[in-house]
This record gives sequence, C-alpha cells and structure tokens, in this order.
Amino acid sequence: MVIRDLTLAGLNKEQLLNLHYTMLLMRHFEEKAAEGYTLGKIGGFLHLYTGQEAVGSGVNLALEPNDVVISSYREHGHALAKGVDPNALMAELYGRASGVSKGRGGSMHIFSKEHKLFGGYAIVAAQLPIACGYALSAKLLKENFVTVVYFGDGAVDEGAFHEALNLATVWQLPVVFVCENNLYSMGMAVERAWAVSSLEPRAKAYAMDFEQVNGMNALDVFQAAQKAVKRARETSRPTLIEAKTYRFRGHSMADPTAYRSKEEAEQWRQTSDPIVLFENALREAGIANTEDFKKNDDRALQIAAKAVEFADSSPLPDLQSLTEDIMVDPTGAIAWRRPR
Amino acid sequence: MRVTTYREALREAMREEMQRDERVIIIGEDIDAYGGTYAVTKGLAEEFGRDRVRDTPLAEGVIAGAAVGAAMSGLRPVAEIMTINFSLLASDQIINTAAKVRYMFGGQTNVPVVFRMPAGGGAQRGAQHSQMLETMYAHVPGLKVVMPATPYDAKGMLKSAIRDEDPVLLIEHELLYGVRGEVPDIGEEYTVPLNRGDIKREGTDVTLVTFSRAVHLCLQAAEELAHEGISAEVVDLRCIRPIDLDLVLDSVKKTNRAVVVEEGWKYYGAGQGIAAMIYEYGFDDLDAPIGHVTGVDAPAPYAKNLEKAAFPTHTDIVAAVKKITPVRSGR
Ligand SMILES: Cc1ncc(C[n+]2csc(CCOP(=O)(O)OP(=O)(O)O)c2C)c(N)n1
Ligand SMILES: [Mg+2]
Repeated sequence: MVIRDLTLAGLNKEQLLNLHYTMLLMRHFEEKAAEGYTLGKIGGFLHLYTGQEAVGSGVNLALEPNDVVISSYREHGHALAKGVDPNALMAELYGRASGVSKGRGGSMHIFSKEHKLFGGYAIVAAQLPIACGYALSAKLLKENFVTVVYFGDGAVDEGAFHEALNLATVWQLPVVFVCENNLYSMGMAVERAWAVSSLEPRAKAYAMDFEQVNGMNALDVFQAAQKAVKRARETSRPTLIEAKTYRFRGHSMADPTAYRSKEEAEQWRQTSDPIVLFENALREAGIANTEDFKKNDDRALQIAAKAVEFADSSPLPDLQSLTEDIMVDPTGAIAWRRPR
Repeated sequence: MRVTTYREALREAMREEMQRDERVIIIGEDIDAYGGTYAVTKGLAEEFGRDRVRDTPLAEGVIAGAAVGAAMSGLRPVAEIMTINFSLLASDQIINTAAKVRYMFGGQTNVPVVFRMPAGGGAQRGAQHSQMLETMYAHVPGLKVVMPATPYDAKGMLKSAIRDEDPVLLIEHELLYGVRGEVPDIGEEYTVPLNRGDIKREGTDVTLVTFSRAVHLCLQAAEELAHEGISAEVVDLRCIRPIDLDLVLDSVKKTNRAVVVEEGWKYYGAGQGIAAMIYEYGFDDLDAPIGHVTGVDAPAPYAKNLEKAAFPTHTDIVAAVKKITPVRSGR
C-alpha cells in the first residue's frame, strides 16, 4: 500500500501517530488527575492542560532530547511531551516520595533533570527571565541546546515578559517564547487585558521574529516551532510564537468559571478539539484510520491508569525530608550549632 | 450581633466605606469577572459600577504603583493583591514608594492606600504559594501591618484602614475566610483601631502573644492547657506594626511568662522582633525564657504529611508552654 509513504508537514505515519498518542496521553493523564483531585488524593492547586494539547505536543516534536523546556504551573502536558515518566509525574501530584520532585513540589512544580524539563514555576511570568538565563548558558558554554519557555496570555501583562523579550534580542539568545493564548488569565479575558489584539506588535517592539499559529492544529504548531528552533540553534536568535488555543476546563479545579458562558466552552470543545481535528486531518490525508486512533487511545488510557496505580501505591515522603535539599551546604542553615 | 464569616465581614467593610466615601475604589486581579479569587469582592462591581471596582491586567507592579499614585492624588484605593506571595512583585512600590514619599518629600503628601492580601499555608499550595512574609513589611518604617484573626476585627480594622491617612497592609489568611464569628448588625457602625491589640482569653500563668490564624491555634491550646491546670492568656496583637506593646507587657507582668506564636519562619521574623521587645522592656517581669513556636525553617512542601509537619499546631504550643510553665500544685 502507498499509504506508508504519505506524509504531512514532513512527518511520516509513525511520527504522526506518535504525535496523536502524545496528545491522548495528555488528555487521559489530566482526566485521571482531575479524578484524583475530586477524590482528595491530590491537594492544593491543579491546573489542567486539557484543550491545549496541540501546543505542547507540536512544539516538542521540533525539539531534540537535549533541548530545554521551562514552563508554568500548567505544565503536565509539557512534561509528558518531553518524555517525563507518567508514573513519577502522577506520583508528584499525589505528593509521594516517588514523584519527580520527591513530593515536595506538587502539580505546579514539576522538574526532571533527566528530561531537561526544568520547572514548573507558579509565579506568573517568572519562567521567562529564567529561560533567558538558560539560553545564555547555552550560548556562553557553547552547548548547542535551545530553550523553549511556555507561558500564558496573562504572563504577557507582567513586566517580566517585556524584560525577557528585550534581553533575548539584545543578547541574541537561543530561546523560543511560546505564548499559549487560551483567551483567559483566570477570569480576565485577554481582550480586556491586552492593549493590542495579537502579540505581533509586541514582538516588533523587541525586534523579534514572530509567528501566530492556530494552537488547536498540532501540525501548524510543529511547523512554526521547527522554524523557531532552527533559528535559535543555527543563528542564536529568539522567536516569539503565539499559539491561539482554549482551555476546556476551568483555570484550576477550584474555578467556578463564572466569567465565560457554558456555550462558549462547549462551542470550542465541539468545533476545535485538537485531537479530533488532528484525527480528521490524518483520516482525510488517508494516513491513518479509526483503528489506529483507537489503539493509541487504549494505550494512553492504560498508561494514565497505571500512573494512578503507581502513585496511589507509592509511599509518602519521609518526615525527615522536610528539611532536606534546602541548600547544597546544610551548614548554610541559619543556626548552625557547633558540635560540642 | 449576628454571626458571619471573615470573608463577608471584609466585604461589608468595603461596601460600607464605598457607600460612605465616593473616593474609595477597589482595584486588583480577578476581583470582578472571576468573582474574587477568595470571593471577598463578589458582587461589589455590580453594586458600585466598574469605574470604582476595576479588574486589572495581571501585573502587581502597576496595581501597586497606580494605587499609590491614586492615593496621592485624591482617591482612597483598596488594592487587592491576589496573595502575599505575588506582593513581592508589588513590594517595590509598597516599600520604595508608599512607605517613603511622605517622609522624603518633607511631609507634603499622604498615601492613604490599603493593600489587602491573604497570606499563609496549610492548603498544600506548595513553596511559592504558602508564605507569610508579613515580617518583610513590618520591618519597614512608614507602613502599618494589620493581621486580623476574627470577622469582627477584620471588618472593623479594614474600615479603619480605608479611613487611615497612611499606607496600610491588611494581611488576611487563606484559611480564615470561612471562619465565623460575631459581628455587629449591618447599620450598627463600628471600627477597630489599628494600634490596639485584644486579649482573646484571659489567664494568669503564661501569655501567648500571637496574631492572624495562629490566634485560633492559641485559643485551642489554652483550652487544652486549662484542663492541665495551666491558665494561658491569649494576646491577639491584631496589628503588628504598630504593635500594642503595653498590652503585651502588662500581660507578662501578670503572668511572668511568654510564648510567641506565629506561622512564619523563625529567624529574623516578626516573632523574634516581638520577643526582643519583651526582653528589652519587660525583662524584669520574666521568670523564664520566652518560648517561640513557628513554622519549620524550610520552604513549604507540597506533600500532605510534610506540610502538616511544617506548620505549627496547638500541640506545639502546649508543649512550648509546658517547657517554661510549672503546673501549680493544689489545682
Ligand atoms: C505574579 C502572580 N500573580 C498572580 C498569580 C495568580 N495566578 C496564577 S495563574 C494566573 C493566571 C495566568 O493566566 P495565563 O498567564 O493566561 O496562563 P493560563 O493559566 O491561562 O495557562 C494567575 C492570576 C500568580 N501565580 N503569580
Ligand atoms: Mg491564559
């Protein structure tokens, strides 16, 4: 069959189905996390990625394993795309010793040295300047990695966004800024918060290359990211990508979503589900069929369910770990007493 | 009197002050469309209009700076900072502007601004969302730092803060919003001064000096101690800058023992400052070293069991009291 040779956006069937799987893993993982929260197994704040899967999975496909990803508190999807073990990720959400951050971080503070998923920051926009620092290391230490930093439309309102973009251009840093514009920062609609309707004039203000993409289309995202990553890697220049997307759920599990109508959210789910759109594209191109999709769906669901089992059966952190890892030098604690 | 929540009490204070004075406005993130992050401002935009209750973009620096400028030019802004953790982005304007301009401009200008923000941990929100940080602001001359523990005090002190001519930080606690308590009926005007503490429980053997949510832990501890023959007096400072020092010293004069109780970190903090003042001005009245119950000297962990161990409990207070208080015989 010729079907094997068909490609989309330069990706073959296997790559395309992997992309499909990544999105489904994100979707099922988040559904399981939501259940865990409802059952009281997960505490604190839980921000789900549901609806935005095409962004994280599309960008990630343009990355090498050595490339760095830095994100916000809405980072489970980014972590899964980067290859972080779903078991260790779920265990972190459950606050268990086997979690990626030993249970000390929680949902908002995912970090995996192994996968170069360098946080999980919960102060909005803090990750942008931090990403500039990583990119500076890449440049000065001549390590050829690209730094991708994800943030929301709300982060654009903070001074840190502007300071980081300016620095990235002035210092010619190999960084890709990915704004996931899901139209709201908590209850604040983007059109009430931004003086302009797209990020293009902001990029212009910092003399930065810019691309706006449909964040519900994984292949559009992938192609924009590919260009930006290439630019960063080959010419050490930053890019700003604005991916227009929508979060299908509330800001966090605690959000009563009073600021938007049920119809609006339903409309997005019905017409713009990134997974459905991608399946349609693959089907229309004659690359994959319902059976392929079902296989991925089953596998993703199974992995997510296994992650829950793993997390739930993992031990709690040791109480003594409460004061471990604060500093490299434990004598840096404030009141070091001389042994007598 | 009727019973209402800390959250409602704060809202009533703002409503009443907005009715009373047209110059009072509220600005902050998600105070309107979202319904208020902790629902404190819920309904106020509908009631007073969106000129006076303004959702801002996500930018604490400009919220604080604009509030300060507005206060210097005739408005009476109440700026809501979503949590004290994010106030670090506003702290430049609070500390470098609000606290300074009256002094450095030779007394020519006032900054009648209120910054409301919740602090505290205990809801598994992790290291960047569970801090107290009141210490940082209480350190700064030019600011008032108010930390009410009950609905009555929250309402009365927020009203005073809004009428105050100086910059006031009203630091709430994330776990107090649902706490219920007696508050005078609507229409029954009252305020609580910003420089007076309050004895929340009288006692004779030991003074527990505290503020914010820790007041409730102290009351619980005092109840338990009573069963063991120790009579603890609970002094709720309500405001840590200025501090009602005489209230504390008079209590210590009576009990001769003190334990300072706070949720924040131990070192260089508000509690050590309070203890130092007791030592400085009340040393002769002390029969034992001052006890100090605090949060663990570590960033807040997420895991439930670790978090439980990180914050002080009434049991810790009971233990600290027993360490310095002999149980009197014959009781
Ligand atoms: C400095 C700071 N201010 C406020 C908050 C509270 N907060 C957390 S997420 C959020 C909204 C952010 O929206 P956006 O950047 O669009 O990201 P999204 O949640 O939509 O992914 C707010 C206000 C915070 N964490 N940090
Ligand atoms: Mg957003």
